[in-house]
Amino acid sequence: MQSVIQVNQLSKTYPSGFQALQNVQLEIRRGEIFALLGPNGAGKTTLISIICGIVNPGTGSVLVDGLDIVKQYRQARQRIGLVPQELSVSIFETVWDTVSFSRGLFGKPADPAYLQQLLKDLSLWDKKDSKIMALSGGMKRRVLIAKALAHQPQILFLDEPTAGVDVELRRDMWQMIRRLRDSGVTIILTTHYIEEAEDMADRIGVIRAGKLVLVDDKSSLMQKLGKKQLLLQLVEPLPEIPPALAAYQLQLSADNRQLIYTYDAQQEQATITTLLRQLNGLGVEFSDLNTQESSLEDIFIGLIGDAA
Amino acid sequence: MNFYAIKAIYLFELARTWRTLMQSIASPVLSTSLYFIVFGSAIGSRMVAIDGISYGAFIVPGLIMLTVLTESTSNASFGIYMPKFSGTIYEILSAPISAIEIILGYVGAAASKAILLGLIILLTARFFVDFSIEHPLWMLAFLVLTAISFSLFGFIIGVLANSFEQLQIVPLMVITPLTFLGGSFYSISMLPPLWQQITLFNPVVYLISGFRWSFYGVADVNVGLSLAMILLFMALCIGVICWIFHTGYKVKV
Repeated sequence: MQSVIQVNQLSKTYPSGFQALQNVQLEIRRGEIFALLGPNGAGKTTLISIICGIVNPGTGSVLVDGLDIVKQYRQARQRIGLVPQELSVSIFETVWDTVSFSRGLFGKPADPAYLQQLLKDLSLWDKKDSKIMALSGGMKRRVLIAKALAHQPQILFLDEPTAGVDVELRRDMWQMIRRLRDSGVTIILTTHYIEEAEDMADRIGVIRAGKLVLVDDKSSLMQKLGKKQLLLQLVEPLPEIPPALAAYQLQLSADNRQLIYTYDAQQEQATITTLLRQLNGLGVEFSDLNTQESSLEDIFIGLIGDAA
Repeated sequence: MNFYAIKAIYLFELARTWRTLMQSIASPVLSTSLYFIVFGSAIGSRMVAIDGISYGAFIVPGLIMLTVLTESTSNASFGIYMPKFSGTIYEILSAPISAIEIILGYVGAAASKAILLGLIILLTARFFVDFSIEHPLWMLAFLVLTAISFSLFGFIIGVLANSFEQLQIVPLMVITPLTFLGGSFYSISMLPPLWQQITLFNPVVYLISGFRWSFYGVADVNVGLSLAMILLFMALCIGVICWIFHTGYKVKV
């Protein structure tokens, strides 16, 4: 796949001396949904802000569609839409005016038909003549998305789009993001809701203390780092783990009624068979068995925790 | 040139004027009318003519200047300060526009509004006093140049200000006193000799003098000097704005 954004050795130190980014190397593929995960202050917003032109880059370079964001900022920025984290929108204006303003600002001639469709897609059409201050927080968030899409960008940045948004709107929003992706828009989002990144993203980057710790396909990331657990519900409580099973590093639950075997998802499954056979030989009976996979959240916490 | 962006900013700023019609147009018109009633008609009728011009007519150019200076400064400063304050500046910064286009939008709108107000006050004045305009084209030129220069000046204040208080302080504490002391209500020649010298350091003296010349053909200082001073002030403001955008000072880190 072609890369649509190329971040090369990007570093940024703020005048306060705080180094927000260190040698970030990142490639965003055309048409993908890329999720940027990281704790607060990790540099997510700084990275997005530099690509969008709000913060000056330190050293390094960023190419958008092959265009340098500093030297060819006009062409580069025309391709980008940004939904900021804060609900920053001029509250005295009407929805229609503010969306038209955004389109003009990005150098596009008026296109009422497109804006009408956009507002309808975001369930904002019946609010088009409302002043923004009269809208709820969730509606303001939709307005910000409409503004970001008003100039028909090829790349959409969403900085924490679902922060403080109710369940219904969040679902709507993800549906809309999928639709956009299907129409060919590349989407880069940051989120704290890891399960959503797990749900939505094609690839995931983890950023911590200004460094991009890892970038990978979501599925291979989960495979690589994911662990599986086999849970055995015992018929009779087991006072202790039989010494013969020491090699499996089993855990016994507090009530002595559950045996937990943690294994690597990529490892061949033969060990499970031998474990079960051995249990059978030792006369340990179980009433139920299930397996569970570690979620992206576990992986994420594992990664962030490792460094802490 | 991103003309759509200039137009978008320009219209956004003018829309702000219509939204706040009372504050932006009615209130300056009202306060100027009060000046005309008090100084023009009431007190003016007891005053002797200055340079052969009735007192009421004499203060017309100065009063227009007073409004144009304060309005262009405060409008332009407010226009660019608001997005900084509310956070909506992110959109301006991320848009494919150059510094020149941003300035054309904001300063253009502030200057247009100040010019419009100046003309409204000129018409209002006609209800109270009788005057003629000897050099209408020069009058317009002075009006436009002053409005643009002080809108540029206001833009700088808006970029540098950190609070609403700082935003208000320059129009209130600098522009208004300089205008009052710059010959809005008197001719420089009426001052004691020492003050005549000191007052020449007040840049507003040149603006009012030149503007009054376009009305009545009489001036405190040479008209060419007036014009040169406006252009110099404008060049200074453009220089500072170029520096701000070049360094990103207070706009972008």
